[in-house]
Amino acid sequence: MSNELLFGLYIFVLAGFLGHYVIEKVPPLLHTPLMAGTNAISGISLVGSLVSAGGGYGKLSMVLGFIAVICATINTVGGFLITDRMLRMFKKKTPARSAKA
Amino acid sequence: MSASFPYLIASVCFILALQGLSSPTHARRGNLVGAAGMLIAVVGTLLYAHILTFLWIGIGLMIGSAIGAAMSIWIPMTKMPERIALSHCFGGLAAALVGVSEYHHRLGQGTLDQFTMGALGLEVFLGFLTFTGSLMAFGKLQGIISGAPLTYKGQNATNITMFFAALVLLVLLVLDPSRGFLFYLMGALGLAVGVLAVLPIGGADMPVVISLLNSYAGLASAATGFALGNYVLIIAGALDGTSGFLLSMKMSKAMNRSFANVLFGAFGAQPDTSAGGGGPAANYNLATVEDAVGVLTAAQTVIVVPGYGMAVSQAQHAVRELAQSLEANGATVKYAIHPVAGRMPGHMNVLLAEANVPYDQLYDLDDINDEFARTDVALVVGANDVVNPAAKTNPGSPIYGMPVFNVDQCHAVIVLKRSVATGFAGIENDLFVQPNTMMVLGDAKKTLREFIAGVKEEAA
Repeated sequence: MSNELLFGLYIFVLAGFLGHYVIEKVPPLLHTPLMAGTNAISGISLVGSLVSAGGGYGKLSMVLGFIAVICATINTVGGFLITDRMLRMFKKKTPARSAKA
Repeated sequence: MSASFPYLIASVCFILALQGLSSPTHARRGNLVGAAGMLIAVVGTLLYAHILTFLWIGIGLMIGSAIGAAMSIWIPMTKMPERIALSHCFGGLAAALVGVSEYHHRLGQGTLDQFTMGALGLEVFLGFLTFTGSLMAFGKLQGIISGAPLTYKGQNATNITMFFAALVLLVLLVLDPSRGFLFYLMGALGLAVGVLAVLPIGGADMPVVISLLNSYAGLASAATGFALGNYVLIIAGALDGTSGFLLSMKMSKAMNRSFANVLFGAFGAQPDTSAGGGGPAANYNLATVEDAVGVLTAAQTVIVVPGYGMAVSQAQHAVRELAQSLEANGATVKYAIHPVAGRMPGHMNVLLAEANVPYDQLYDLDDINDEFARTDVALVVGANDVVNPAAKTNPGSPIYGMPVFNVDQCHAVIVLKRSVATGFAGIENDLFVQPNTMMVLGDAKKTLREFIAGVKEEAA
């Protein structure tokens, strides 16, 4: 039991450090996609919602889980889509420039 | 086989997705890898996590996907801060509801141990706090709630008291998890703290608040992971939590304010529309479009400094068109982006990218600040506090010490401003009364269109 807690804390702390080093390297240019992307990723709480909605835990859990599934799916699906939409816009040299010149 | 293996793959995918964001060339691929990881995790859960009834799950997934897709495809880029605030809202709510559900289930089964109780308590508190806090942030961004900081006497004391009350509740619950009343009180407290903590914070401090809520949403996910013993949730939550925390630190630093100051020290009135009082405008060096066009066409080097006003008037496309006309004229155009310009981290970058401005023309504060002294014209589009020289020279100014652009060192400065009202801190901007500054009042997009027409005419 306390082993489980300890193991969880290990993972939490190490993932936090890893996150720090990875995210430090993200340029300010991409800070908005970073927020949208991490949002999509933290929508992984969807897997918890799925178990709650479909694990046969009773009516209350099912209803709460159902709403949670909707919320979390909005975040994962919407998050990855909008991150992609934003990232698609970042271009180095645009053809539009030569069109006008 | 359990769902653990898909979860491990998903965790690796998420880290790769964040790593991809270190450069715009790899970012899109990284995002795809992250989405693939999510799919693997969901499929793994459906196959191996003892799911009994699939009907409602299927319906929920479909409704969520439809709303999520619609929100992402049709929302205008200028509404991105609102969009992000809403998604924090959903994330917080999902975590909180799973927490309530899990509490009931475990309590009924008699498997609610103290450790799980602690995690659930944190999850529900943080989840509900993120939910209402993000709703408030959304309301402020959308203009449903006044963007001005709402303050009342003793509000910091109230917030701190509520925070400690939540802590006490958590301890009591861990000691005796069966006290359902306390559990709900904890949830209600989370809802209240979310409202009361965000309401007093002014619109211009939104970049910090949104980042912080991002962090809370992540921590709520991580707490869910602890409660369910699910490591992919812990990892994803930790990544999100760190990301939001790092961003809010960067934003605070870019305003030269401590966290505590942003959270507890709401000051001044809101900038934008209304007001407009007489005072400082008397000294403004108001200029006509023709004057400004003359200066712009003569310029060899131009730096554009966009601010929240550009987003409000949706002027990013007009900015790019003007830049193109100037470039066709032989000038070099660069963009100077302040970390806290706009209402969220990276707000200006996204808008300019949408308008097809190549990202190698966008420069960060440190990379461009020495160039202003060698530049012919600085074009300030709806930015105010980030170009206020008082931050460098006037120790009495509320924004003293905040890193600002050296726009005042340019040979000429053209400022596009909606009205003569002061910035969010309610302070005068010395830049606007400098002799080499030309103020052009009015809607930025409209003014820029007139500039474009003027520049083209002169070139012809």
